[in-house]
Amino acid sequence: MTEEYIYKKIGSIFFGLLGPTLIKKMACVKIVTPELYDKEGYPVDGGLMDVKLGVIDPGLRCKTCNGKLKECPGHFGYMDLARPVIHIKYARSILTFLKYTCRECSHVLISHEDLKKKKTFKEGGKCPHCEAKQYKVKLEKPNTYVENDVRLSPIEVRARLEKISDEDVELLGVDPKYARPEHMVLTLLPIPPVTVRPSITLESGERSEDDLTHKLGDIVRINQRLFENINAGAPEIIIEDLWDLLQYHVTTYFDNAISQVPPARHRSGQPLKTLSERIKSKEGRFRYNLAGKRVNYAARTVISPDPKIKFNEVGIPLIIAMELTVPEKVTSWNTEWLKKLISNGPEKYVGANYVITGDGKKKKITDDTREQILTDLVPGCIVERHLIDGDVCVFNRQPSLHRMSIMCHKIRVLPGRSFRLNPGVCTPYNADFDGDEMNLHIPQTEEARAEAEILMQVQSHIITPKNGFNVIGCTNDAITGNYLLTRDLSLSREEAVQMLYSIGIKEFFLNKTKEVDGKDVFSALLPRDFDFIGNSRDGRIVKIERGKLVEGIIDKATIGEDNGTLIRALYAKYGEDIGIDLLGKLFRLGIAVLLKTGFTTSISDTDLPEDVVQKNNNLTVQVEKKVDELIQQYRDGKLDSMPGLTVEETLEKMILQNLNSLRNKIGQTVFEIIPEQNSTILMAKSGATGNILNVAQMAASVGQQALRGGRIRNGYIGRTLSVFEKGSLSPSAKGFVYGGYRKGLSPTEYFFHAMTGRDSLMDTALRTPKSGYLYRRLSNALQDLKIEYDHTVRDANGNVIQFKYGDDGIDVHKSEGGKINVLKIVKEVKTYG
Amino acid sequence: MVKKIVYKFDVKTHVLVPKHIKLKKEEISEILQHYNIKKSQLPKIKKTDPAIEELEVEKGDVIKIIRKSPTVGETFFYRVVV
Repeated sequence: MTEEYIYKKIGSIFFGLLGPTLIKKMACVKIVTPELYDKEGYPVDGGLMDVKLGVIDPGLRCKTCNGKLKECPGHFGYMDLARPVIHIKYARSILTFLKYTCRECSHVLISHEDLKKKKTFKEGGKCPHCEAKQYKVKLEKPNTYVENDVRLSPIEVRARLEKISDEDVELLGVDPKYARPEHMVLTLLPIPPVTVRPSITLESGERSEDDLTHKLGDIVRINQRLFENINAGAPEIIIEDLWDLLQYHVTTYFDNAISQVPPARHRSGQPLKTLSERIKSKEGRFRYNLAGKRVNYAARTVISPDPKIKFNEVGIPLIIAMELTVPEKVTSWNTEWLKKLISNGPEKYVGANYVITGDGKKKKITDDTREQILTDLVPGCIVERHLIDGDVCVFNRQPSLHRMSIMCHKIRVLPGRSFRLNPGVCTPYNADFDGDEMNLHIPQTEEARAEAEILMQVQSHIITPKNGFNVIGCTNDAITGNYLLTRDLSLSREEAVQMLYSIGIKEFFLNKTKEVDGKDVFSALLPRDFDFIGNSRDGRIVKIERGKLVEGIIDKATIGEDNGTLIRALYAKYGEDIGIDLLGKLFRLGIAVLLKTGFTTSISDTDLPEDVVQKNNNLTVQVEKKVDELIQQYRDGKLDSMPGLTVEETLEKMILQNLNSLRNKIGQTVFEIIPEQNSTILMAKSGATGNILNVAQMAASVGQQALRGGRIRNGYIGRTLSVFEKGSLSPSAKGFVYGGYRKGLSPTEYFFHAMTGRDSLMDTALRTPKSGYLYRRLSNALQDLKIEYDHTVRDANGNVIQFKYGDDGIDVHKSEGGKINVLKIVKEVKTYG
Repeated sequence: MVKKIVYKFDVKTHVLVPKHIKLKKEEISEILQHYNIKKSQLPKIKKTDPAIEELEVEKGDVIKIIRKSPTVGETFFYRVVV
């Protein structure tokens, strides 16, 4: 179907070299003077801004094609170079031509017989065709060729290249039809049209020329001087000097970032941006202009959290809402409303900024134009009105590594100057609020809005295509709150009703008893026909029957991010729109519970009773003893080495094992003794944040500090710090931290702790850009891969990459961690039919 | 002068080298038809690849590779000799 719209199809592309004849043929003017404008400010004939090179001023017509500003594509000029110069981009190619051809007869330095036998080329010696002795040609960077310590001038180089026959050129891998080697030495320079290097008129009326024009001016100036000197018969040295200068200018015209060539600079000192710099790297034409597009109707500001708005909403500042607009077509149904918006104008909220009339003219709404616009408003006009609640937008945080990095939200206009987002969507965006900024786009057509709403809404992206788990779920307080509620809370009926109403639930069922169990409050959110059986984090069963939580405690395993089983069950049954609504309610309920009960964490959370401290000390002494024994064994030479390790490595490994087990044992005793109601433990147990180990590190001991997979290595001779005995292998001398964060660390312990801290800081700082680049390369390589209907993975050309996606053809998006639970499906089908 | 000793190592005996089989003409056309592709769209293997050294293959032959897969245990892969 698309075929009929193809106007012209590119059959093939050839890349070749521009020769002098072609340069002359495509040129429309010869450039002879470095002057740009005459006294009246009119372009000089034969200057770099010659009117025949195209138009850059509106209103003027091109002297060559008679086209107006946007019609005339611009035309090339050319310039005679007084002496030939090397094209720097071909310096290496020229070297190969010089190297592999005879300096006398210009044949490729290989005999016909050897060629037939497909023998490889050998350097040096004599020419197999004319017996002439060959010398080694070297490229003295950047652009001089030296043969046998004699410099070859570009004229000589060109002469040699000219003599190479077409057959030999082809033998060296170049098609002579499109590229003759001598074209790599320039005798003519094509002058790009002015449209390529437009001059800018500054506010002061002064003209500022493009970098390329400056560079070309240099070339023309030196070229003229060279011509004059040659004609006047100046001494060879002066000509050579000027020639070198011309070579320098032509070189930097092509590439201003060549090593050994000082970059040409502006008077201000900043390097000129010449041809190569226009194309190359991140700011170049490909990555900046072709692969990256700039847009209007976008906003960017700092983000901050707001748990009270919905997951699929985004709070935007009023000032942004009054700047960004939605085009609204005037119909007979909305004329009144839009007229009100227009009379509000751009300054008063819920106004409009522009009106586009039926014939496509864009008019700004101002105090002067308002009345006229209002009277002219007819159906068919388009009003660009301010954003209002419920408008569609696309929200994004870089780096966009994910499809979840760009999602569609509904707008909520809020006071303040930051974007507000529900903390639950931090995970898919990988955002936090330490100063992160995000971008927002407003789709401008019905099609774009529909596409965003159907494909990109937050609720459509809760299940990640990575493994089929949910990326959005309850986090932090929301988990702790629901955990507390379903574990040991019991509310009075009034409290329960208030709590539910405060999170926006107006219709619910609660037992008509005075006391309401926390589980029943939780159940009030669930649909009445919902059944669910799952497990909590500790493996106990969580059972929901007919929308009532009858057994179990809600925690991270059921409502958390990444494999929250309850969330996915709700999704599967009720779909994304109801699902996200329920999830939002769960989230707000958790927070409401903590608001009601109060929740804090304090120093006293890490209080340990005397006997537990004693127990931990005993454990520590035991392990120390064991480590001492190991060290003694090693000193006595009785320690057997493990396979693949030296005795020293064996000792280190065994000590590390013992010390790590100590930390775990201490963690266990701490965990056993700290009461259920302890806030810190509560957070760890519910899976909200932290783990038992963190508690143990605060209350008891920080444990062994590991640096590059082992204990702290010696920095002084025979010891880690000068306070320890030489050769000491004891835990404390090798970075074991007995103290906990609460009690404090001894000076040496503090130092070891700082060591590992700095190491991990450096590690993250260095790893992020490296892995970012690896990811960029990977995603660029895989960007056109697609799973076809026959389950094969293919690239854009239909080449098979994999015969069955993942060998098993499973769509991981619809699986659970890459697996499909057939038993579960069978059960579901049996129950629900 | 040090004499160069050539150790001949049969890669096919290595655990990480899967089994390579040369396919018959009918089998090739069957595969190409099944996937509705041209031979050039198949993944490639070099004629000099040590794993197919002893199969006496020509350019254009198709090699079936029986691999172990972490997802399904055993899978097939096809490569055209270039």
